Amino acid sequence: MSGRTMLGKLTWSAIPFDQPIPLLAGAVVLVVILAVLVWVVVAGHLPDLWREWITSVDHKRIGVMYTLLACVMLLRGFSDAIMMRAQQAVAFHSNGFLPPEHYNQIFSAHGTIMIFFVAMPFVIGLMNLVVPLQLGVRDVAFPTLNSVGFWLTATGALLVNISLVIGEFARTGWLPYPPLSELTYSPGVGVDYYLWSLEISGVGTLVAGINLVTTVLKIRTKGMSYMRMPMFCWTTLASNLLIIAAFPILTATLAMLILDRYLGFHFFTNDGGGNVMMFMNLIWAWGHPEVYILVLPAFGIYSEVVSTFSGKPLFGYRSMVLATMAICVISFMVWLHHFFTMGAGPDVNAIFGIASMIIAVPTGVKIYNWLFTMFAGRIRFSTPMMWSIGFMVTFIIGGLTGVLVAVPPADFLLHNSLFLVAHFHNVIIGGVLFGAFAGYTYWFPKAFGFRLHEGWGIASFWFWLIGFYVAFMPLYAVGFLGMTRRMQHFDVAEWRPWLAIASIGAGLVLVGILCQIAQLVVSIRRRAELRDVTGDPWDGRSLEWATASPPPVFNFAILPDVTGEDAYWAMKRRARDEGEHEPAYGPIDMPRNSPTGFVCAFFATVMGFALIWHIWWMVGLGLLGAFATFVVFAWRDHDEYEIPADEVARLDRANLQARRNLVTAAGSI
Amino acid sequence: MSLAVAQDDPHHLGVLAKVGHEGPASKRIVTGYGFWIFLLSDMVMFSCFFAAYAVLLGQTAGGPGGAELFNLNNVAVETACLLLSSFACGMASIAAEVRSHLWFQVAMAVTCVLGLAFLAIEFHEFADLVARGAGPSRSAFLSAFFTLVGCHGGHVSAGILWLLTMMAQVYAKGFRADIQRRFLCFALFWHALDIIWVAVFSVVYLLGSAA
Repeated sequence: MSGRTMLGKLTWSAIPFDQPIPLLAGAVVLVVILAVLVWVVVAGHLPDLWREWITSVDHKRIGVMYTLLACVMLLRGFSDAIMMRAQQAVAFHSNGFLPPEHYNQIFSAHGTIMIFFVAMPFVIGLMNLVVPLQLGVRDVAFPTLNSVGFWLTATGALLVNISLVIGEFARTGWLPYPPLSELTYSPGVGVDYYLWSLEISGVGTLVAGINLVTTVLKIRTKGMSYMRMPMFCWTTLASNLLIIAAFPILTATLAMLILDRYLGFHFFTNDGGGNVMMFMNLIWAWGHPEVYILVLPAFGIYSEVVSTFSGKPLFGYRSMVLATMAICVISFMVWLHHFFTMGAGPDVNAIFGIASMIIAVPTGVKIYNWLFTMFAGRIRFSTPMMWSIGFMVTFIIGGLTGVLVAVPPADFLLHNSLFLVAHFHNVIIGGVLFGAFAGYTYWFPKAFGFRLHEGWGIASFWFWLIGFYVAFMPLYAVGFLGMTRRMQHFDVAEWRPWLAIASIGAGLVLVGILCQIAQLVVSIRRRAELRDVTGDPWDGRSLEWATASPPPVFNFAILPDVTGEDAYWAMKRRARDEGEHEPAYGPIDMPRNSPTGFVCAFFATVMGFALIWHIWWMVGLGLLGAFATFVVFAWRDHDEYEIPADEVARLDRANLQARRNLVTAAGSI
Repeated sequence: MSLAVAQDDPHHLGVLAKVGHEGPASKRIVTGYGFWIFLLSDMVMFSCFFAAYAVLLGQTAGGPGGAELFNLNNVAVETACLLLSSFACGMASIAAEVRSHLWFQVAMAVTCVLGLAFLAIEFHEFADLVARGAGPSRSAFLSAFFTLVGCHGGHVSAGILWLLTMMAQVYAKGFRADIQRRFLCFALFWHALDIIWVAVFSVVYLLGSAA
């Protein structure tokens, strides 16, 4: 067999030796990864890393890994962002420093990474970490599948990053609209990288969705009826229902494009009767619910944070539940507003315009509920609360510009302008990302047993908030001045000052990110003084604060019995009024760790890479490997291990003693 | 007392707050429920291919349409094979319930043979279409047809792989609780493929040969 067929389309020319930026970036990433690996091996952490993290099926560990993946990919996505802002700041009457084919890859990669590998893993990570704790149970419904889901997401992220140094990434934007993305106009491997990373990570997301829905609906502690669940559990349920209903659409749509590109099908081609508009409809039938998949969990986080830091139960709990589920349903009825300009006609446009405005109503209900929760509350302005307040202000602006573009005649002027870019960054940064940061700060002590440094957190918040406004408000302005999105260079003098200001905003956000890194480093170094000994650092109201920080592997020694809303708040009051007595501890069965997820993702990576480069024998190898992995997993005889009652009692008593000491100390003041 | 009630029910939900909840469901319920949700998501995926087929039905690009291509006799035999295999799968469920190894293996083998027969007929149909110049790249209509029907066929093939693994597992490990749960999922999967086939049969073949 000749080398040509052995490696499919892959040759040395796939590595962009002539392009210094991706090569250098790739080299730096490679050096960092190697350095981390060497450190892990030399310091002897490898067995621990394998046993405690990589093969872990503990929902808390998996949640942390999802969040870590999101944070790392945020750095990658932000590098793309700052390059784009810098390019547009200098590209007046000039080519700037990024050639068009590279610039196009950067904006495509930026959007793809930020949505699929930052926002998604961030919210899924937080849901994984927190929801079983809030429901008062020991694990999710399908622990091993949970690990598979995470590692498949990581596979997708890995493939996107491999495209930096081997081959190229898509130049078609974050959604590969045909016919541009068809083989005729995009003959390279860029679109294939996009397609296979998202097909693989999409399976991971679907698995996470099934797992979390089953967990919320079927695995709740005694007494935790639906109307007693914390709001974050409700938004998790809504968001994951959307995943189950929407992600298969993405999988099917991308599969059709794959068939067009690989086997000469005619779904979206210009010839053979293909229908390009079908792609727009299908992709946005996934794409619009996706927006709510991201923002609903963030709404849940704000609900928890605002209630905790105002020292009050959430205002209008029932209306909040209704609003959440209303958004869940209506989000499937607005997709056409993404392409009003494509000629569906005034009636259809009007219906979708009205639906798009209606969905703002439940969102408005939520904003008022948060404001009334704060009203007359004893508000503590800690970092998570600051992110929440920053969100409320910013998100309202983003929501209002959204209602504006929901008006079809206005949309005809603003479609694909930087006004739109400013709008969706306004809701995604101000809504999803601020929520993710609020959740990160709020639940960090639960995951690791110590709080994050407050000063650096507040500094980071202000740099992000001001940086966001400085970066994106000018984009609204240039949008009104007629600047379209994705321009590698421009010749209009009036745009120039606005783009210069926007690049300063990106610089401020960079400082915000540096503050977050500093916050993490400082917090780890001063973890002794930031230690959370009681497991309840914020005077919380829901059950995740009823156990130690970090929680024992089994979460709760005795599954709590819930008698009302704000379950832990009631438990605390009862303990204060009536005192506590030690429960009768029993042994606990927990699922065993399993390398299934990791091994499966390894074969998925091999298969994805082989499919991108048409290395067919390797595709077969990957498939066979994945199947073999599942059979080996299915064949095991012991899937659980027992933690003896003594051990459970020892761990639980230590935590109860710490809490008692706190109460005694408070009583003596 | 009233104070305690107020604490437990800060939003005065009243009757709602009194509804009890028994705690986590059993493993069997959790597994079956989760698999049902997976099946629903799978049906959403199929519905996309159905939608694409409906949109592209008339887009034959001057090539042959359904009326010229489909052989309903063939499809009737296919349908019979698949429905009977579902019946055999039901028998296997009963055998698993009463823990009869022999009948379980017999019923599963029948399921498998009928499934393979279905696949063989489908493969033959596809090969025949390609040989007549009506392959998937001929027109958008044929692309949609091959994708929809092929996706179902792919599911059946995966199901057969699962079926054989299931037979081997029951043979090696017996009717353990976790294997029973896995078999429950397999049976749900196999029956769901039947439901999808009924839709394929009606939408693709019956409506298609009328068009």
